[in-house]
Amino acid sequence: MTREIHSKKTESRERGFLREGIKAAWPICLGYVPIGLAFGVLAQKAGLQPLEVGLMSLLVFAGSSQFIAVSMISAGADALPIIVTTFTVNLRHLLMSSSLSLYLGRLQRGWISLFSYGVTDESFAVNLTRFRDGGWHWRPALVLNHTANLVWIVSTVLGALGGQFIPAGAFGIDYALVAMFLCLLVFQLRGKLHAVTAVLAGVLAVVLALAIPGNAYVVIASMAAATIGVFLKHLRPSLSGEKS
Amino acid sequence: MIHSDYLLLLIGMGLVTYIPRWVPLFYLSRRRLPQWVVDWLELIPVAILSALVLPEIMTLGDPREFVLLNPKLLVAVPTFFFALKTRSLGGTVILGMLLFWLAKKFF
Repeated sequence: MTREIHSKKTESRERGFLREGIKAAWPICLGYVPIGLAFGVLAQKAGLQPLEVGLMSLLVFAGSSQFIAVSMISAGADALPIIVTTFTVNLRHLLMSSSLSLYLGRLQRGWISLFSYGVTDESFAVNLTRFRDGGWHWRPALVLNHTANLVWIVSTVLGALGGQFIPAGAFGIDYALVAMFLCLLVFQLRGKLHAVTAVLAGVLAVVLALAIPGNAYVVIASMAAATIGVFLKHLRPSLSGEKS
Repeated sequence: MIHSDYLLLLIGMGLVTYIPRWVPLFYLSRRRLPQWVVDWLELIPVAILSALVLPEIMTLGDPREFVLLNPKLLVAVPTFFFALKTRSLGGTVILGMLLFWLAKKFF
């Protein structure tokens, strides 16, 4: 009897994965719309057609490097420097995918390859938090990735078609992603060790962001802070007691 | 009509974006990692989130400059405590947007 109820529960949860994934994606989508519109407007000013803009959002799907690429295109840069810059800007996803790999051990490789396409700062932050809290699995996670991707593609194309008519920063929408990251950061503060690591990473990132151009500060600061965190865990085991 | 030069650029950009996202998931997910690597990867999310958001709210402009009294940081303080208290993602996003919208009217 209990087993029957249990299997029914899992079944309905699996069927609800579409809704679950879309529901979890909404803060990301809210943040992507204004950024996507702004990107579309800029790209159109740089001489790209709406179709070319949409194709970039589909094939690359990486907000910050798309902005950089468009500014390099309008400055007349060659393809190779643009590709090298894209690579360095997006290298941070290497760390995010490594963290996510802890939760996708039993997933088939075809699905893993599809999932990888949608790993962005935003989807990583939401999916990882959900995986960690339990009750999350790869299906809604994949839906979340592709919902965010679809919203990104559509808003960049809309921006290229006539986004200059939409007032920038209406209703504080340009703060949506910052607020989302702040809240997900709070969710990750699971005890002293995590709090210490967060403070180290944040301070280091601010210092590095001021000292060096580009966005290498994210990778350097988070790797350094996590490394110090691991040492602290071994030196001071009392730090690593997790609050639940 | 899409120029072949532009298409090649996009394919290049797409590949160098996809590969770093794919390699760790593809090769690490089936492997049993040593405990210290797991410990390290467990701390990476909190470190990345903090490293993404703090420079975003404490520096402005290009080249970046440290600006303590700016609307992004001022709004971040109540937003952070609201998240800590309520643990509500939706509520935090709405509150942050509302406060930022108000703050920009005064700055």
